[in-house]
Amino acid sequence: MSSGNREKLNNPMMEWVDSRLPIFSLLQKEYGVFPTPKNFNYLWNFGAIAMVMLVMMIVTGIVLAMSYATTTAEAFNSVERIMRDVNHGWMLRYIHANGSSFFFIAVYIHIFRGMYYGSYKQPRELLWILGVLIFLLMMATAFMGYVLPWGQMSFWGATVITNLFSAIPLVGDSIVTLLWGGFSIDNPTLNRFFSLHYLFPFLIVAVVFLHVWALHVTGSNNPLGIEPKGKQDTLPFHPYYTMKDSFGVVVFLVIFAGFTFFAPNYLGHPDNYIPADPLVTPTHIVPEWYFLPFYAILRAITFDIGIPLTSIVFIPAKLGGVLMMFGSIAMLFILPFLDKHPVRSACFRPWYKMALIIFVVDVFILGICGGKPAEGLWVPLAQFCTAYYFAFFLVIIPFLNKKEPVLALPNSINEAVLNKKVA
Amino acid sequence: MSADTTVDNSATDDNHGDGETRRDFLYLTAAAFGAVGAASFAWPLVDQMNPAADTLALSSTEVDLSPIEEGQAITVVWRGKPVFIRHRTAKEIEEAQAVDVADLRDPETDGDRVHEGQEKWLVMVGICTHLGCVPLGQKNTDVKGEYDGWFCPCHGSHYDSSGRIRKGPAPKNLGVPEYSFVTDTTIKIG
Ligand code: HEM
Ligand code: FES
Repeated sequence: MSSGNREKLNNPMMEWVDSRLPIFSLLQKEYGVFPTPKNFNYLWNFGAIAMVMLVMMIVTGIVLAMSYATTTAEAFNSVERIMRDVNHGWMLRYIHANGSSFFFIAVYIHIFRGMYYGSYKQPRELLWILGVLIFLLMMATAFMGYVLPWGQMSFWGATVITNLFSAIPLVGDSIVTLLWGGFSIDNPTLNRFFSLHYLFPFLIVAVVFLHVWALHVTGSNNPLGIEPKGKQDTLPFHPYYTMKDSFGVVVFLVIFAGFTFFAPNYLGHPDNYIPADPLVTPTHIVPEWYFLPFYAILRAITFDIGIPLTSIVFIPAKLGGVLMMFGSIAMLFILPFLDKHPVRSACFRPWYKMALIIFVVDVFILGICGGKPAEGLWVPLAQFCTAYYFAFFLVIIPFLNKKEPVLALPNSINEAVLNKKVA
Repeated sequence: MSADTTVDNSATDDNHGDGETRRDFLYLTAAAFGAVGAASFAWPLVDQMNPAADTLALSSTEVDLSPIEEGQAITVVWRGKPVFIRHRTAKEIEEAQAVDVADLRDPETDGDRVHEGQEKWLVMVGICTHLGCVPLGQKNTDVKGEYDGWFCPCHGSHYDSSGRIRKGPAPKNLGVPEYSFVTDTTIKIG
C-alpha cells in the first residue's frame, strides 16, 4: 500500500487525493491491471458472488433491525409486523432469510472449488485458513440470526445447540449458564444473540479483507493448478473478470430472486411460524439446511467410547458427537497440511478426483440424514458417512500423498489454452 | 527530568554487565501490571453474561398435589424450566424398583429419586439430559418409550418410570430438583 512508484493521474482532483492517500493507485493495481490467470472457469465466480451476498445481508439486516424488537414478548410479533405492516418489510425479510441460504450456497461452491483445484496448497494455506474462519463466523452468525424471530425452531434449535457445550467435562454447565444468562434460553439469551448477530457480519467483513489481501499476495489459482509464468498466461482483472464476475452475479441473483419471490418459505421450516414455547418441543427439531451435514455427524455418535466390556468410559456419546462435529470443521482447517501431493488440480489427479467426488456425495447424504429423525436405518447410514468424511481427510489424502502418481503437467497456461482450441 | 539524570541512569545501566538492568525490571513490572489490568477489565465483560441478580433471585414454587389422580402427571414451571410431577401407579413403581442398578448408565435406585414414604410422587426437571428437549410422556396419549416412562423425540432417548436413562444418547437420568413436602399433598420446589 505504499505510494512508492505511483504514476501521476490526469484528473487534478484525483491526483490531489491520490498523492495524499494513494487509493486510486491501489484500486488500479489490485482491481484494474491485476494480472489474473486467463483460464478461469465459472467456478471462479463464487468469491465475488459471496461478497455480494455479504453486502446484501448487512444492508437488509440493518434495515430489519429498525423494526425488530428484542424481547421474548415482542420478537415474534415484531417480525410478523415487518411481514405485514412495514413498507416492503416482507421483501426485506424474505431477502434476508433466503439470502442466508444463498450466501451458504455460494460459499459451499467456493469451498468445493478450492478443494477440487487444490487452491489450499502452498503458498495459499493462510488464504484457505482465513476462508474457513469466515465459514465458521458465518455459521455462528446464521445460527444466532435464526433465533431472532423467536419461533419454535428458533427456540429449540438454540436449546439444542447451546446445550452442546454442556458436554465439555467439568466446566460445561457453567459455560451453558454463561451463554444463556439464566437457567434456560430466555430474554437475556435473545438480547445477547441480537447484539452478536449485529456484530459478527462486520467481523466477517474484516476477515474477508484479510482473505482478499492474502489472495493478492499469492495471486489466484486456476483450473490447471499451475502458476502463471508470464504475461501470456494472464489477463488484466478489468475489464475481463469484472465483466465475467458481473455476469455470474446476475445469473446467481436471478435464481436467488426466483426463490425469494416465488418460494420464499421453501428453504425454511413451517414450525418457525409458531411462537416459541419453552414447554413444548416440536416432534422433530431440524436446523437450517446448511447445517444438516454437521448435525448428522453430531447425532451419528450414539455410543460411548471406552474400554469394551467394562463400564469405563473415556468419551461419553454426547461429548463424542460434539467433538466429531467440531472435528469435521477442524479437518478443513488442517487440510493444507494433510495434503502433501505436489499436484494441485484434480484435473491431473484422477485418484484424488474420485475420492473427492465420493466425498461430495457423502456430504449430501449426511445432509439428508441430518434432516431425518435419528432412528432406523438413518443412524447406521449417518455413521457410515461420518466415517468416510473423516477417512477422506485422515486416511485417503495422506495415502494419496505417497501413492498417487504424479502426472505430467502442461508447460504453461497459455500452451494448454491454445492446444485446447486446436483440438 | 534533567539531562544530568539521564546520563546518570545510563551510567548505572552500564554497570550491570550481565544485561539485567533496572530498566528491564521496570519493563517487566509495567507489562505485568498491564496484563493484570487488562484481565481485570476483561472479566466484568465476560461475567456480565452470567445470570443477573434478578434472574438468580428466583422464588421457589409451591404445588398442590391433591388434584393429580393416580396415573396422571402435570408439568409446572420452575426457573423457566418444565418440572414433571407424576402420580405413579403401583405397576410403574414396581417396574422402577425391579431394575438391576448395575445395568444402568447412570446408576441410581428408584429410592434415591423419590422421598421415602412418598414413592408414588416422582418430581423431575423435564429436560432431556442430552441436549435439552422436553421429553414426551406426560400425557396419557404420548409415546412413553420402551421403558414405560418418557421418550425424547429429538434424538431418541428412552427414560424409565423412574426417569432414568435406559437407551439413546442422553448421558444422565432426568434431574431431580430439591423439593420438600410442606404437607402430605403440597410440595415446595427450590
Ligand atoms: C453474515 C451475514 C448475515 C447472516 C448469514 C444472517 C442470517 C440471518 C438469519 C438466518 C436470520 C433468520 C431469518 C428468518 O428466518 O427470519 C436472520 C434474522 C435477522 N437478522 Fe441477520 N444475518 C446476517 C447479517 C445481519 C446484519 C448485519 C444485521 C443487522 C443488524 C442483521 C439483522 C437481523 C435481524 C433484525 C433479524 C430478525 C428478523 C428476521 O427474522 O427476519 N442480520 N439473519
Ligand atoms: S435432546 Fe433428548 S435425545 Fe437429544
